[in-house]
Amino acid sequence: MTNRYSRQELFLGSKAQAKIKEASVIIIGAGALGSASAEMLARAGIGRLTIVDRDYVDLSNLQRQQLYTEEDVRNQLPKAIAAKTRLEQINSEIIINSFIQDVNGLNIEELIEDHSVIVDATDNFETSLIVNDAALKHRIPFLFGACVGSYGLTYPIIPGETPCLHCLLNHLPMDGMTCDTVGVISPIVQITAALQVTQVLQILSGETLFPMLQSMDIWKNEKAEINVTQLKNKLCPTCGEHPSYPFLLFENQMKTDVLCGRDAVQLRPGLKPKTYSLPYLLERLKNHVTNPVLNRYLLSCKFEDYRIVFFEDGRSIIHGTNEAKKARAVYKRFIQFY
Amino acid sequence: MSIILNGNNVDHQEGVNTVEQLLSHYHLENRIVVVEVNKEIVMKENYKTMSLSHGDVVEIIHFVGGG
Ligand SMILES: [Zn+2]
Repeated sequence: MTNRYSRQELFLGSKAQAKIKEASVIIIGAGALGSASAEMLARAGIGRLTIVDRDYVDLSNLQRQQLYTEEDVRNQLPKAIAAKTRLEQINSEIIINSFIQDVNGLNIEELIEDHSVIVDATDNFETSLIVNDAALKHRIPFLFGACVGSYGLTYPIIPGETPCLHCLLNHLPMDGMTCDTVGVISPIVQITAALQVTQVLQILSGETLFPMLQSMDIWKNEKAEINVTQLKNKLCPTCGEHPSYPFLLFENQMKTDVLCGRDAVQLRPGLKPKTYSLPYLLERLKNHVTNPVLNRYLLSCKFEDYRIVFFEDGRSIIHGTNEAKKARAVYKRFIQFY
Repeated sequence: MSIILNGNNVDHQEGVNTVEQLLSHYHLENRIVVVEVNKEIVMKENYKTMSLSHGDVVEIIHFVGGG
C-alpha cells in the first residue's frame, strides 16, 4: 500500500477510508479552529470540504491560524479564499468549496445541506446556537468546539441521540455569552480541533459517540469530562418533540456585531443582499479615503477616523470603535457615496 | 474542606460550601456551565442548596465563545 492515505488506512481500515472519501464536511468559521480542522480533514482525504468565513486575514491571526501567510495579510484576502488556496495545495484530489459569508439564520440551512458532518469553528457562541438549530433540523451530526486563553471544550451533537447544545443551556443562565478578550495560545487551538477531527473520523468510521462534554486547560494541565445524557430535554425548542428552531428566525434588519477584543464592529444589511461594484465604490470615494486596498472580494480603506473593510454584499467591518451606534452612523456616511 | 475539582485536589477557605459559592469563587456565576458532583449533574435551581462535602469529586465545564 503506497497511496497517500496508507498510514491512516492501516489504522482505520479500507472501509472507513472509503467513507472518508465519500464524505462531505462543512467547517463553520476559518479562524484558528477552522484552519486547524480544515488542514487535518483535507490531509485525511475528506471528499468534499466546505469552508465558510466572514473575515479577512489580519496580521494578528498568523500566530495561530495555520493556513495563512504574510502574503495573505498584505493582500487582505478573505479567509475563505486564502484557506481554499492553501488547502488545494495540500490536497488537490478533493473538492474544496468556500464562501465569504456571515453565517446567520437565513443562510445556514442552504450552506449545510448535503453535508455529512458539521464542524463548529465559529468565534462566538450565538452562531454555534444557529448552527445547532440547523444541524438538528437537517439531522446532521454537529461537533461543537470553542477555545479561549489556554482553555477549550468540545461536545458532539448527534441528532436523535445526544442532547443538543440548546439542551445544555436550558438549565443554565443565558447571559454568559459576553466575549472573552483574554487572548489565546495556539496549542489549545490544536488540541480542541484535534478532538473535533477525531470525532469526525469516528463518525465516518461508524463508531458510536457518547454525549461527553469535555474541557481542558493546557496551561493548568486540567481536564474535565461530563456525560450530559441527563440534560436531554423533551421540551427543547431545538431537539424536543415540537421543535421551533428559534435561532433560525432571521431579523430582517441591519445587524451589528461588536467584534470581541478587536475594537471593531461588523454590520450586515438585513434585507435582500445586493452586490456592490467595489471599483465603482472606490472611484466615488477616492477623495474621501486614504490607503485603499482593493481586491476581488473587498475594499479596505481609511475613512474619517476609521478603517473600513467593505465586502461586495454590503457587509462591512468598521475598525476604530466598539460602539454599534457609532459604527452604523459611519456606515451610513460611507455608503451614501455609492 | 478539600474537594477534587476537575481532577485536582483543591482546598477551599470557609465560605465555599455550596455549588453556588464554588461557582462564584471561580467567577463563573454568570457563565454557561455544567456542574457535576460525584457523577451526578447538578441542575441550576439546586446550585444554592447543593452543599459540598469533604472529598467530593466535582467537575465544572464552562462555555466560552472563541475559535
Ligand atoms: Zn435540545
